[in-house]
Amino acid sequence: METYYDPKDLPKFGEIGKDAPELAKKFFEYYNAVFAEGELTEREKSLIALGVAHAVQCPYCIDAYTQACLEKGSNTEEMTEAVHVAAAIRGGASLIHGLQMRKVSDKLSL
Amino acid sequence: MNQASIETGSALAIAPFATTLAKNKISLTRDKTTTLQINIGFLCNQNCRHCHVEAGPKSDKIMDAQTADAVADFAEAGGFSTADITGGAPEMNPNLSHLIEKLAPSVSKIIVRSNLTAISNGKWDGLMEIFQEHKVTITASLPSLNKSQTDAQRGSGVYEKSLAVLKKLNGEGYGIEGTGLELNFVSNPAGAFLPPSQASLETRFRSDLKRKFGIKFNNLYTFANAPLGRFETWLKDSGAYGKYMDRLVREFNPCSVGGLMCRYLVSISWEGYLYDCDFNLACDLPLAGRKIHVSEMTGPPAPGSPIVVGDHCYTCCAGAGFT
Ligand code: SF4
Repeated sequence: METYYDPKDLPKFGEIGKDAPELAKKFFEYYNAVFAEGELTEREKSLIALGVAHAVQCPYCIDAYTQACLEKGSNTEEMTEAVHVAAAIRGGASLIHGLQMRKVSDKLSL
Repeated sequence: MNQASIETGSALAIAPFATTLAKNKISLTRDKTTTLQINIGFLCNQNCRHCHVEAGPKSDKIMDAQTADAVADFAEAGGFSTADITGGAPEMNPNLSHLIEKLAPSVSKIIVRSNLTAISNGKWDGLMEIFQEHKVTITASLPSLNKSQTDAQRGSGVYEKSLAVLKKLNGEGYGIEGTGLELNFVSNPAGAFLPPSQASLETRFRSDLKRKFGIKFNNLYTFANAPLGRFETWLKDSGAYGKYMDRLVREFNPCSVGGLMCRYLVSISWEGYLYDCDFNLACDLPLAGRKIHVSEMTGPPAPGSPIVVGDHCYTCCAGAGFT
């Protein structure tokens, strides 16, 4: 069955450079620099990436960073906690907008 | 993908390892053989799911005293610097102490690979005395600092037992600076993925084991799981085989070949036959393509002699190399 998402596309990410090679080069250089060991370890960065992947709900990133987290030495407990961080921020971000709703409602209501 | 490859998750077309070497203009040959690896049998108290030799409690494949003596004679004649004893669980072979005592005058270093649980099964006192006397290095398996990952690979309860034995080993001086008693770890991933970098994992093991349990050790080595034995079966049953093999092939690093263990060691099976490494031993690819018994050997294999390869060799050449 044809689907919009295909796991086999993931290793082909580099092909995005075909019609805009300079931009792709800049992006991938930046991308690799971001994930290199710095003040945060590669393991910590992969856990952040996994959380963000869930926040943006990207199946490619979830696949890639689940594998990356395991290969950097993380375990499922840590990875599940990272996903909860994403869920808490997403949920919190929705909920705090409730204050907007209340303000607007207050203005409109008797 | 045909039906069979869907069922086993088998890789599409993987270039044979020998072809990849040829394409990269590499000829894999022996250097000076300095390590004698001795697999003293497949008897083990555990049944680990990644075990490439499929060791377990029911195996009757264990090295007898006569073969152990022939191995010790070979060690004496061969000028090896290190003897590396593996299994199975070497502690379960009743000839282990005898072998260590016979090897000790011929080599400067003896390593025993330990799963950390076999030694605690009533073997402690006898073996510890000999280990300490000959300053035997203990290379212990500990895949992860996480209980679920460790137990998933090695069996329920192994994590807790391993920690208890590590504390006891520290108590005997193992892993403690100044004692000369080396305690090292080998960490294999608990699944179809590659291990972390050795340096980063060693740093984390050192700080976490010390902080949480007060445990000390010397060095940690990471190894990728070879798609052989029980791990191969699991890969195929779970449908992960193709993706794993593709990953290993994609990670092939020609620069890793120079440092491969098979260039510096020779492996001897429980029956006394020679192999280029323990992985070749597991899939019965003997040294030089024919079964040569240790009793026929007068010295180590000559430098420059070719090494027998199979597709499992991709495991040792992935990324920075695991060997
Ligand atoms: S991996 Fe080691 S401890 Fe586990 S079953 Fe095999 S020989 Fe035994």
